[in-house]
Amino acid sequence: MDAKDLHHGHSEHHSGAVITDHVHYQDTEGVIRFEADHGHHDNDRNKKNFIHTYIFSTDHKMIGKQFLITGIIWAIIGGGLSNIFRMQLGFPDVPLHFIGTVFGDQWAPGGKMTPDFYNMLITMHGTILVFFVLTAGLSGTFANLLIPLQIGARDMASPVLNMLSYWFFFLAGAVMFTSFFVPSGAAGVSWVFYPPLSAIREAAVGSETGADLWLVSMALFIVSSLLGGLNYITTILNLRTKGMSMAKLPLTIWALLITAILGLLSFPVLLGAAILLIFDRSMGTSFYLDKIYMSGIGAMPHEGGNPILYQHLFWFLGHPEVYIVILPAFGIVSEVLAVNSRKPIFGYRAMILSMLAIAALAFFVWAHHMFVTGLNPFVGSVFVFLTLLIAIPSAIKVFNWITTIWKANIRYTPAMMFSVGFVSLFISGGLTGIFLGNSSIDIQLHDTYFIVAHFHIVMGVAAFFGMFAGVYHWFPKMYGRFMNRTIGFIHFWVTFVGSYCIFWPMHYQGMAGVPRRYYSHGAFESFNKFGALSEFITIAAIVVFLAQLLFVFNFLYSMYRGKKVTELNPWKSNTIEWTTPIHPGHGNWDGPLPEVHRGPYDYGKDGEDFIPQTVPMRPGETTHHG
Amino acid sequence: MTTYLVIAALLLIGMLVVQISKANEYINTLRGEDAELDTDKINGVLWLIFTVLFLVGIFWSTWYFSPLFLPESASEHGHWIDTMFNITLALTGIVFVLTQAALGWFAWKYHGKKGKLGFYYPENNKLEMIWTVVPAIALTILVVVGLYYWFRITGPASADARVVEITGKQFNWLVRYPGPDGKLGTSNWKLIDETNAVGIDFKNKDGLDDVMPTEIHFEVNKPYLLKIGSRDVIHDVGLTHFRIKMDAMPGLPTHFKFTPTITTDEMKKITNNPAFDYELCCDYLCGKGHSAMKMMVYVDTKEQYQVWLKKQPSFFDSAIKGTEAEKKAFATVTEKVSTEKGSDHSNH
Ligand code: HEM
Ligand SMILES: [Cu+2]
Ligand SMILES: [Cu+2]
Repeated sequence: MDAKDLHHGHSEHHSGAVITDHVHYQDTEGVIRFEADHGHHDNDRNKKNFIHTYIFSTDHKMIGKQFLITGIIWAIIGGGLSNIFRMQLGFPDVPLHFIGTVFGDQWAPGGKMTPDFYNMLITMHGTILVFFVLTAGLSGTFANLLIPLQIGARDMASPVLNMLSYWFFFLAGAVMFTSFFVPSGAAGVSWVFYPPLSAIREAAVGSETGADLWLVSMALFIVSSLLGGLNYITTILNLRTKGMSMAKLPLTIWALLITAILGLLSFPVLLGAAILLIFDRSMGTSFYLDKIYMSGIGAMPHEGGNPILYQHLFWFLGHPEVYIVILPAFGIVSEVLAVNSRKPIFGYRAMILSMLAIAALAFFVWAHHMFVTGLNPFVGSVFVFLTLLIAIPSAIKVFNWITTIWKANIRYTPAMMFSVGFVSLFISGGLTGIFLGNSSIDIQLHDTYFIVAHFHIVMGVAAFFGMFAGVYHWFPKMYGRFMNRTIGFIHFWVTFVGSYCIFWPMHYQGMAGVPRRYYSHGAFESFNKFGALSEFITIAAIVVFLAQLLFVFNFLYSMYRGKKVTELNPWKSNTIEWTTPIHPGHGNWDGPLPEVHRGPYDYGKDGEDFIPQTVPMRPGETTHHG
Repeated sequence: MTTYLVIAALLLIGMLVVQISKANEYINTLRGEDAELDTDKINGVLWLIFTVLFLVGIFWSTWYFSPLFLPESASEHGHWIDTMFNITLALTGIVFVLTQAALGWFAWKYHGKKGKLGFYYPENNKLEMIWTVVPAIALTILVVVGLYYWFRITGPASADARVVEITGKQFNWLVRYPGPDGKLGTSNWKLIDETNAVGIDFKNKDGLDDVMPTEIHFEVNKPYLLKIGSRDVIHDVGLTHFRIKMDAMPGLPTHFKFTPTITTDEMKKITNNPAFDYELCCDYLCGKGHSAMKMMVYVDTKEQYQVWLKKQPSFFDSAIKGTEAEKKAFATVTEKVSTEKGSDHSNH
């Protein structure tokens, strides 16, 4: 079989002639084999063994599920950590003996956690949620699941790289998990890992072995992201089915494409930063270090480095990273809003352009995280300008989403609830960005709870909402069953109201100057007036966490016992993933690949509730996009 | 015991929720489309209720907490920052209320109804133009005003600004004032030891009269220039009431200029809190002692300040003179540092 035939006779398909469908898979020797497809993909399951199907699967759908379930496990761990450190902030006098049991007695003598343990918790919480859950869990799940299904491809361009991407992610997670249990504990120098704290082992317990493992884990993670991203981009650009021009792509795919490009351009920079940091830590180099005197050690030999260099490199990834997290949610929410509003997404083209603008600008705003590092004021001013510029495409998106539900005929599914909730959160959190982007105001707000409020609302909770919307919406495609809606609605309302209760009051603390990453605010007369509020926040955090367990229960229960899907297209959706069988096999479509004739958002057009993308244009029908 | 009770109660609630949900789902499946429409309606109404309570709640809580946030600004530029903050709050507040209200209103008003279709409304370039241009204008205003203040805040200090050096270390602050000569002596990190905490180079005469008190005093209404550095990891000089925040980094000196405008005594009256004091905190995570890096700060009247200053011995006299450290300082300094002219802190 020659190379042209890779991807299932796709070329023939494009020419509209013979359609020869093949399913390919990789056998244990790593050789790509092709198998004639007789239209019964379900048989794959029986032919291949358990390991092939569920563990080292090359089926993008299975890999998507692997990402999702791994992400859910990490979310429980990362979220659980936050409940532990919220106890320290809200109820510092309640002894927590289980810490000693799980992590070792040195971390919580007498049930009272130490500052080092607190720092370890916040570091791991941030790292796990930003990278493992909201990057890998979100992009990994939906890019894998949706790209081939929504563009009409049999699988990813390289199923093997795709599988590797998952397994590098798994390894990264394994290393990170191990680091909790080394004697000096996991990394405890905050998720941004600024040197010298992270570069000098003696500077903190959390800068010892845990930090080495953190760096190794991140390096593996970056490899995973790059393999995934490369694959997503290649697949979207090359394997679209006949008729699926770029201008007919669902916004989910556009969002995932732009996400992958952002990741591909920015993660390598973090890898570089991490490697230099490893050198500084272990080989005596001085990339980030200069003129340091450590109590107990004396003057360090490092000279000539610059701690700010790391920050530039870190945020050159770090800022695009926040959009890597939120863009897939943009895509999912746009799709779910349109489907359940029974209306086209408003301003399809504006939505794409604004995502492109955000992505481009995302590379030129990083220094807004560094306004108070003594950055040259002129450079600072340029970043103020660019930062506030990025608010414009963000605003466009919000207005377009709101207009999408205007005069809609809204069907409330849990997915729809989370999508509308997403818009509310994105408004709230985006607006506080405008305070922070103005450097003079940022002097007061930087490194306070105001930042914590801003990014949790706009990124943390909002991206989770995008993820929930996606899971509820595509669960029927993943498992052939529905999730329980009533539990879904309860999950939504508790999470939505609860998250605002957690994060909104943090604005007030931040405006009072209360610093973040504090083990205790008790030492400061200026900051210790919020005791009752801290208790309230902690209680809300625990309630919200418990509501997530309800979601996990619903997820697992519905996988086996949920209401079965009985029709191909349960949401009456236009996109082509709903033309696959209820349980699509490896290869997705039994017969030929579907042909696409129109954009994905023809809802309510010409008196029809919906017109799937596979329906040819009627004579004289006007098109709005594509 | 209570732990187990709580867990049991939670499990019970969980099971209850699950059972009710399952029953509800079952009934809804039997009822078909009607049940769907009911769900849409209930959720629509909940959106409306939520939005009203949310907006009211936010106004209420903001009002309730307003005495605590943005505490009275005690510096000149602090008022500029507060002004900027309030302008931004007003602008974003309007946008916030309008958009959240629209969202909640639509979410309620357009919940699914029998036999209805969504309104086919795929695009409108005029609308897109409006909501590109209007935010652009608003943001331009914010940028212009913001940068105007930013350059004033970060601009050069006036020539008569008094210099105070603040150095962070794990886990406390070190301050140094120039002595009567008005000049800070040079320092070098290689000279740091247990006694000479910031590594003053006593070969340089300017340093002999430098003062290193354990608390910070400022004279009210005098311009100051803080010279900021760190011995080990990154710290951050945080002075909330003065609206100051500036990283303290090893090898990379930074500075912040400001003018304190309210004395500690006046602030006690303004805040109605006889125990009030200004505090210096660390605003960048520096390790396990991060949340306890505190130093007291006092803003004095001219007279109070003079009284305080007179009482401060020079660091050399109080800690170095006549000790082993003195010999060491003069012996080693000449050999070790003869090539290093001055230090990072001296040539500002
Ligand atoms: C309206 C547009 C936005 C503006 C103008 C904006 C502005 C800013 C600024 C200036 C900071 C730095 C503040 C500081 O550290 O002092 C910041 C922090 C942050 N923003 Fe935004 N932001 C916007 C939207 C977003 C979005 C959409 C996300 C994520 C999806 C996001 C995520 C974050 C995160 C994670 C941080 C803090 C990281 C850390 O220090 O740990 N922001 N934002
Ligand atoms: Cu940013
Ligand atoms: Cu510090």
